[in-house]
Amino acid sequence: MADHRPDPDQLLAQVQAEEARAHRGTLRVFFGAAAGVGKTYAMLEAALAARAAGTDVVVGYVEPHGRRETERMLETLASLPLQAVRYRGMVRQEFNLDAALQRHPEILLVDELAHSNVVDGEPPPRHAKRWQDIAELCDAGINVWTTLNVQHLESLNDLIAQITGVRQRETIPDHVLDDADEIELIDLTPDDLLQRLQQGKVYVSDQVGTAVERFFRKPNLMALRELALRRTADRVDAEARAQGLAGSPSRAYLARDRLLVAIGPDAQAEQLVRTGKRVADALDAEWTVVYVETPALLRLSDAERDRRVDILRLAESLGAGTVTLDGTTAATALTEYARTRGATRVLVGEPKRRGWQTLWRPSTATELVKRAQGFDVLVVARQGEEATGRARPHLDLSREVPWSRYGWAAAITAVCTGIAYLMDPTFSETNVAMIYVLGATIAGLRLGRGPGTLTAIASVAAFDFFFVPPRLTFQVSDAEYLITFLVMLAVTLTIGNLMANVRQQNRVAGARERRTALLYAMSRELAGTRGSDNMARVAVRHIAEVFDASAVVLTPDSSGRLQYPAGSSDEGSFRGADLSVAQWVLDHGQRAGLGTDTLPAAPAVYLPLRGARGALGVLGVRPTNRRRVLLPEQRHLLETFAGQIALAWERVALGEEAARSRIAAESQSLRNTLLASISHDLRTPLSVIAGAASTLARHGATLEPAARKSLALSIEDQAQEMSNLISNVLDLMRLESGRVELRRDTHSVEDLVGTALHRLEPRLQHHPVVIDLPDDLPAVSVDPVLVSQVLANLLDNAAKYTPAGTRIRIAAVADAPMVRVVVEDEGPGLPPGDPRLLFEKFQRGHEESPVVGAGLGLAICSAIVSAHGGEITAGHGTHGGARFEFTLPVAVATP
Amino acid sequence: MTQAMHLILVIEDEPGIRAVLRVLLEAENYRVIEAGSAERGEIEARTHKPDLLLVDLGLPDDDGLALIRHVRAWSPVPVVVLSARTMESQKVAALDAGADDYVTKPFSAAELLARVRAGLRRASRGADSLPLLSLGETHIDLTRRVASGPGGAVHLTPLEYRVLDCLARQSGMIVTSRQLLREVWGPDRVGDSGALRVCVKGLRDKLERDPRRPQFLVTEAGIGYRLRPGDLDDE
Repeated sequence: MADHRPDPDQLLAQVQAEEARAHRGTLRVFFGAAAGVGKTYAMLEAALAARAAGTDVVVGYVEPHGRRETERMLETLASLPLQAVRYRGMVRQEFNLDAALQRHPEILLVDELAHSNVVDGEPPPRHAKRWQDIAELCDAGINVWTTLNVQHLESLNDLIAQITGVRQRETIPDHVLDDADEIELIDLTPDDLLQRLQQGKVYVSDQVGTAVERFFRKPNLMALRELALRRTADRVDAEARAQGLAGSPSRAYLARDRLLVAIGPDAQAEQLVRTGKRVADALDAEWTVVYVETPALLRLSDAERDRRVDILRLAESLGAGTVTLDGTTAATALTEYARTRGATRVLVGEPKRRGWQTLWRPSTATELVKRAQGFDVLVVARQGEEATGRARPHLDLSREVPWSRYGWAAAITAVCTGIAYLMDPTFSETNVAMIYVLGATIAGLRLGRGPGTLTAIASVAAFDFFFVPPRLTFQVSDAEYLITFLVMLAVTLTIGNLMANVRQQNRVAGARERRTALLYAMSRELAGTRGSDNMARVAVRHIAEVFDASAVVLTPDSSGRLQYPAGSSDEGSFRGADLSVAQWVLDHGQRAGLGTDTLPAAPAVYLPLRGARGALGVLGVRPTNRRRVLLPEQRHLLETFAGQIALAWERVALGEEAARSRIAAESQSLRNTLLASISHDLRTPLSVIAGAASTLARHGATLEPAARKSLALSIEDQAQEMSNLISNVLDLMRLESGRVELRRDTHSVEDLVGTALHRLEPRLQHHPVVIDLPDDLPAVSVDPVLVSQVLANLLDNAAKYTPAGTRIRIAAVADAPMVRVVVEDEGPGLPPGDPRLLFEKFQRGHEESPVVGAGLGLAICSAIVSAHGGEITAGHGTHGGARFEFTLPVAVATP
Repeated sequence: MTQAMHLILVIEDEPGIRAVLRVLLEAENYRVIEAGSAERGEIEARTHKPDLLLVDLGLPDDDGLALIRHVRAWSPVPVVVLSARTMESQKVAALDAGADDYVTKPFSAAELLARVRAGLRRASRGADSLPLLSLGETHIDLTRRVASGPGGAVHLTPLEYRVLDCLARQSGMIVTSRQLLREVWGPDRVGDSGALRVCVKGLRDKLERDPRRPQFLVTEAGIGYRLRPGDLDDE
């Protein structure tokens, strides 16, 4: 059964995609095998039909290439004004993106999806590529129709170059076509196309002369047509599959493939990426391009590192994720990564090393096959023409090792010779040789590979020259010494190399650690920072430091427009940010500026600070040295920084929100309990009052005077009860809001007790009160009103919950630095359960007790006592009743 | 009720309370005029020259406190304030502004009438003290400064006499601690509440039957003291 279950992730993705599509404009691509098949014509024909049906169709950009039919059709359609762009002294007419966004037609025609904008032109275009313009149009809700030839697809680029011998410079990422809502294939047989070409009906812009001839040959056109047809067929198939999935759950639930493409610094990398794209598409797999930075690869030249940047960018544009791993060997890092990511296939290049070399240095592919567990290894054959392409990684010794180190190498050899000379009379030659081995080892460890090798060779030579008879010649009398030399050389070289590797690994580990440390430093400081302004300041400082750049964090105001942070003139802050670019970044959630696809010529790079609920702001960074943000590892680091900032920011925002909603929820529940409790406690006296009052009104004249008086008295009683309740609620609210200021003064407990008793006189009529206060009781420093309220509440409780006639005892003892006051009764005692709960709001001994009081009295006592720094407890009294105890601070000096 | 019909001005914006007060006071043979606002109240006070004012502190047009100050500027007429129980500081402010006493809402008829009677009595006496004071079984001659109880002569210190005298002049009405301190100890010692407390304790020990549950010298927490001679409790 499980096999027939649709993948929930896939269903969710489908639903989300449909939702997004509902607001976006649709993209319709007129797709053909080559120029001249009639894509533009077909598009215009469809446009005329749509306009006839009453649709608002506008031409954004269509190049008629001097064809009369096309021109005639164009004349009848509305067109947008073009943008004049100056470029190297010439003026070009380009598509005007802003005019299109402003006009906002229902359908916009923009020819040639693969077109590149004039990046260096004046004014500079917003995007480097037309497909980006079109993506923005779709995002804005405009339906776009465009045209595309199959040769412009990125993943087919090298394949088509192989077929036709002409490499296309203008390419679009495959996802543009994949995401298009509709693809209309415009098909023409190669023979018809060639005929049209001969008739001059086909305009070929870029290719001239022999190139045209090479391109427009029948086998080429057949191959291109096949590619275009296959591409369209794949898509139709995918659509059918998507429909089938949506329609019936019978299609098998397929675990998704995850493809890793491992690339190195060599020329095959580009081919691997493109092949990876095709394999990933065929498998419908997620794919990731992995580059492993091994110690050996750290020695690459700048040019090669730049190539890597390009390749990783290419991979990203083809829809791959990219990852740079650190590791001692590519194979271990790859297996580890493949395992943790659950990769099902790993794509690697054909091994470069062959024959005996592989015995002691097996290639990555071989190693990977050995270790493969849970994934298949696909080895991609090298393309013939490029097989000999680039040589081994190139050793840039001058950059790695300064020449002075070779001097040190010579010096070490000399010192060894000196020591050996001193040892020579007493030690055998074997031990003297050991000194040289030691010297070469130290050289390998401290000076690096080259000087280490030099020391090894020089040591052997010196040993031979000075200590092997005949001395002071390189001649060797005894052939046995040759073995000594060989072993010595082998040992010193091996040790030296090993040491150099250790150094190299230390450097890698050090770089990795530094990166982690930098991130950690910022995260930690952010974690300890409050308020978004301060956090932005911290982030800017760290980024300025790490990337040697000026940076700024821009946040949107309430209307969503980006603002500079108010009054920040901190070090490293970057004032010259282009707010319109930053705004675009915020609105689209994509990076822009230096080193990106959008406005790559800008002096700064802008990254969205992405939270779970969209962009929170924009990070602008202008590096002093552009390379600092162009290197992929630096760019990734910058993105990680941006991610950390956004995360920290969001964490704080969510925390604040949670606290707010918790407070709101608490006060809401408090209000609810309060209302429920009060409405019950108010209703009881109210019904007595209403009943008594209406009886008096109706039968007052006929009632006995005693009955009349009793009714009136109960009205008075219950009104007093309600008044007490309301006072209690108000008191508690004031106490809890913290707005009550204690008006402390020195008072005797006796006086406070007297006040409370006086206040409660009528209620205590039926309870004898025993007062037990020692004469030497110290005075207390309290707010007399509040403390007599505590006493009154406790006495009131005692009167309320005990039978008439039982005694109530009030006592106090000194318990420095406090005075302990006790109120106990001889009633039924406390209800079962935790007595501490009594001091919670709305707790009453008995549910729905007929005794009125809202359960606030003890909560008020507790609030008042703790405001005075004392504490209140409840327990069982000496005579079985309830006993309440509270402490009050003794007055320090009696004035 | 042999005295002439006293005129009482009730300044209160709540008609329900005004109606109850009118019934209650007229039942006790007082004449009543009403005002619903501070402005109206002041006009009525000037034109009718009432014997006592009952003033609600929360009036729609002006603060009751301001009204009391205005009235005090030209008349020593007794003023009893109607106030909500919870606002101790407001009560003190009203007393400082010149009110003679307060009644807490919701009030009982007995309490209100006791305050009204005490106020009227104070007015009829003017500034003179009661020459003779009876607290339970103790009789005190404030002019001659002698006192006697069931167990013979009671010795009060001069300070205690002066405190008692001050309280007795506004017998039945509240006297703030500040006022007592100012009148007995002098204006420079109004902060010395400890001295007052010791003195009151001394008085209680000598005059009260149970000093821990005082009947005559009652503390009004946070405000001051009140002398309750027995003859006011006989409603």
